[in-house]
Amino acid sequence: MTIDTPVDPNRDARTETLDRVVIRFAGDSGDGMQLVGDRFTELSAAFGNDLATLPNYPAEIRAPAGTIAGVSSFQVHISDHDIVTPGDAPNVLIAMNPAALIANLNDMVPGTTLIINSDSFEQRDLDKAGLTTNPLEGNSLAAFNVYTVPMTSITVGATKDLGVKPRDAERSKNFFALGLLCWMYTRPVKPVLDWIEKQFAAKPLILAANTAAFKAGRNFGETAELFDHPYEVRPAALRPGNYRNVVGNSATVYGLVAAAQSAKLPLVYASYPITPASDILHDLSKLKNFGIKTLQAEDEIAAAAIAIGAAFAGSLAITGTSGPGLDLKSEAIALAISLELPFVIVDVQRGGPSTGLPTKTEQADLMLAMYGRHGESPLPIVAAYTPSQCFDAAFEACRLAIKYRTPVMLLTDGYLANGAEPWLIPDLDALPDISVEFATEPNHGDEFWPYLRDPETLARPWAIPGTPKLMHRIGGIEKSGIGLDGADGSGSISYSPENHEAMVELRARKIANIANDIPLTMLDDETGDAEVLVLGWGSTWGSITAGLRRIRARNLKVAHAHLTHLNPFPKDLGDVLRRYDKILVPEMNLGQLSRLVRAEYLVDAQSYTKVQGVPFRAVEIETKILEMLG
Amino acid sequence: MTEEVVTLTKKDFESGEEARWCPGCGDYSILTAVQMLLPELDVKPENMVFISGIGCAARFPYYMRTYGVHGIHGRAPAIATGVALARPDLNVWVIGGDGDMLSIGGNHLIHALRRNVNLKIMMFNNQIYGLTKGQYSPTSEIGKVTKSTPFGSIDYPFNPLSVALGAEATFVARTHDMDRKHMQATFKRMHEHKGAAFVEVFQNCNVFNDGAFDGILKRDVRGDMLIQLTHGEPIRFGSEGQLGVAVNEFGEPRVVEVSAVGVEGLLVHDEHRADPTLAFALSRLANSPTMPTPVGVFRDVQRPIYEVEVQAQLAATLERNGPGDLAKIIASGATWTVE
Repeated sequence: MTIDTPVDPNRDARTETLDRVVIRFAGDSGDGMQLVGDRFTELSAAFGNDLATLPNYPAEIRAPAGTIAGVSSFQVHISDHDIVTPGDAPNVLIAMNPAALIANLNDMVPGTTLIINSDSFEQRDLDKAGLTTNPLEGNSLAAFNVYTVPMTSITVGATKDLGVKPRDAERSKNFFALGLLCWMYTRPVKPVLDWIEKQFAAKPLILAANTAAFKAGRNFGETAELFDHPYEVRPAALRPGNYRNVVGNSATVYGLVAAAQSAKLPLVYASYPITPASDILHDLSKLKNFGIKTLQAEDEIAAAAIAIGAAFAGSLAITGTSGPGLDLKSEAIALAISLELPFVIVDVQRGGPSTGLPTKTEQADLMLAMYGRHGESPLPIVAAYTPSQCFDAAFEACRLAIKYRTPVMLLTDGYLANGAEPWLIPDLDALPDISVEFATEPNHGDEFWPYLRDPETLARPWAIPGTPKLMHRIGGIEKSGIGLDGADGSGSISYSPENHEAMVELRARKIANIANDIPLTMLDDETGDAEVLVLGWGSTWGSITAGLRRIRARNLKVAHAHLTHLNPFPKDLGDVLRRYDKILVPEMNLGQLSRLVRAEYLVDAQSYTKVQGVPFRAVEIETKILEMLG
Repeated sequence: MTEEVVTLTKKDFESGEEARWCPGCGDYSILTAVQMLLPELDVKPENMVFISGIGCAARFPYYMRTYGVHGIHGRAPAIATGVALARPDLNVWVIGGDGDMLSIGGNHLIHALRRNVNLKIMMFNNQIYGLTKGQYSPTSEIGKVTKSTPFGSIDYPFNPLSVALGAEATFVARTHDMDRKHMQATFKRMHEHKGAAFVEVFQNCNVFNDGAFDGILKRDVRGDMLIQLTHGEPIRFGSEGQLGVAVNEFGEPRVVEVSAVGVEGLLVHDEHRADPTLAFALSRLANSPTMPTPVGVFRDVQRPIYEVEVQAQLAATLERNGPGDLAKIIASGATWTVE
């Protein structure tokens, strides 16, 4: 496969070609770092690079300006080949102020590049960052290639004739930084200018200032002779097809909508605002011409209860939340288990317990998803493993919910939700048909038994209000609901001890049986004789894959199994695990999956954990595997 | 095709499930009143949905031959909101008690009323927790001795109608379990209202709080203690019509002797006042069922219905943008092709 890159006639002959680069934009929360990070990402995506991103921002909308707590950063990894993580460490750090420099310096390897806005190193800036000395003076940065650029003053200078207020002019400095980086990495200019024009159409002065700042940044790179030469990262040779860039929450939304369309069901999404899940509500709220109904509920509990009401009434009912919200929804989810109604709960995991780390990623809700309800209340769990794969995971969660009339937990996380990557746009027509038939006739003589089950799936009929002759009552009290082989499926209240035990077992069996309807374990073992198996789930896929590539580059053998279904597990998982002498389970929690597989399969799965609110680095996985290989 | 005209009877609304309330419970008379009323309301059983939470009252849906969900404690207004949102064509009735709706579920009640979801919410108020065997409720009076308040309750109670009016309810009424005709007339008005309707039903719990409303509902006192509100009429009551309600110099309604102010001095009840202030003041005329207490419809005004507005937004967007095309939306931003 060859990629034809159009040759830019103005290309600087000294341009050096890199196979990949990791850039981190860092500044104060008010500096617009997420915005320029997004722009750089979109540009690179459209240019054809493979990429992965890691936004990292404080929970406070505006932490005190200039402080370490207020630092916001956006890391983007672009390459000319297939990559799977946002990169272990940046090659280039753009630091807009002292706090951004200090907060990120620990991640920088000697020999890498620092581009620093020297205008923001006055005494008061240093004071806010808690610094007693100016890092730009002395030789504390001697190990790095340091470029100090007076970004603020150049930006103000470039915009002074436009009539922009000085404060607004200063705020355009993020576009100066973007312009400079676009020159450094030979990015196309026009898409940025077009975007600025569209985005700020209603504010002509801001539009003009941002345009001027962007151009000034680019020109500065070209003419300042500060930088020796520009670089380029050529498009990546990805699988053929049409691509776009996508973040996990958007992919989740598309997956839910695709499922509703395939199921031919109206979609109802009830949710309460919570970081990092709110974008799902925002995006679905825009899709009114799809007939999608969204409701911002009064609280998390109401959101779940409203969804259950909508499910009873015949909709594909979905709620989305993050950890603290999931705690609150537990009782309603258990109701849906008892009612046996389709219902999808999206949990965008974040750091816990309690408020924890609202804007950072974690995988510590697995046990909550698995066991976080009173009584024996099993439900299927699907986990997404890359931002774009959230599409497939969301579709799969809906498929299982509809087919088995059960609540299904879809686990994503903060990293997937906000992280971006190129997405091979799926062929929607090729998606499976997951449509459902509502009950239309009595199923027990003249009566309708709401719990008379399908003997294959054990699912009960879905009879929706408005259907004559099928009026029925369902509730959370234990019921006569076996509904198989002539057993009572009336759904009448039953406190019989034998019936309760049979119902508990039946509900467990219904979920366990789903193992026959999901893929076998996704296993990557090139030679089939690796000694160590790395078992992962969710967003650690990228870090594990990158770590494995490093191991394999050393001509060592290692296998990788990754779970997309956490309950039930794929039916071959026990066999897969027992094939390996050593099993490593890296997780962003204190070992939740490792405990589940140890209990289920009696294997010596070794837990490897990281709970810092950021993904594993490839080197961490690599080091751990090397240790196990001895 | 002509539709078959079927005359429904009370039986058509009986599920056949044996009611399991204590003998003598006020819930029985409410159930009978509803089952007898429904055939008159021109609704098909399959288009009716009863939603409840937890508590004695919440068993109600099991006894109705309609669609029904017996949900979780306090959440009935939210579950019902989901049903109505998904299917605005249905008649959705919500049943609960004072603990269910004003304690654990208070938040859902006020928001369903505020949104004006087309729900018919019936709160059976017996001023006690029955199903958990006799603890004080958010409507129990100060000083009430119960299992959880052996030295008397020190919790100031809610006035349910004041709560509903404060929550922007468009229809607020009160009735009681001793008068089937009054219940049916009130429930009929509730059903006919377009939007969220809240009806408080004084209901006797003969096991844990027997006679809580005797002070106003016993046959021999009712005449002097119940104030029937009738739209457009002066508010007048008493066994001989000797009492009435007039507004004092602070604008507050107070019980007066008709002889003192004259009939023309009485307050004329207006259910349709846009401003809820007078209805609110009337809801507070009695702060316990020992004082003359208004019953009937306090407020009946129109406001856009939530789920109708939702539907209108969908329709308007469809009209403006055409049907949604997911493939187009996915490919709407920057895309590129790898050969």
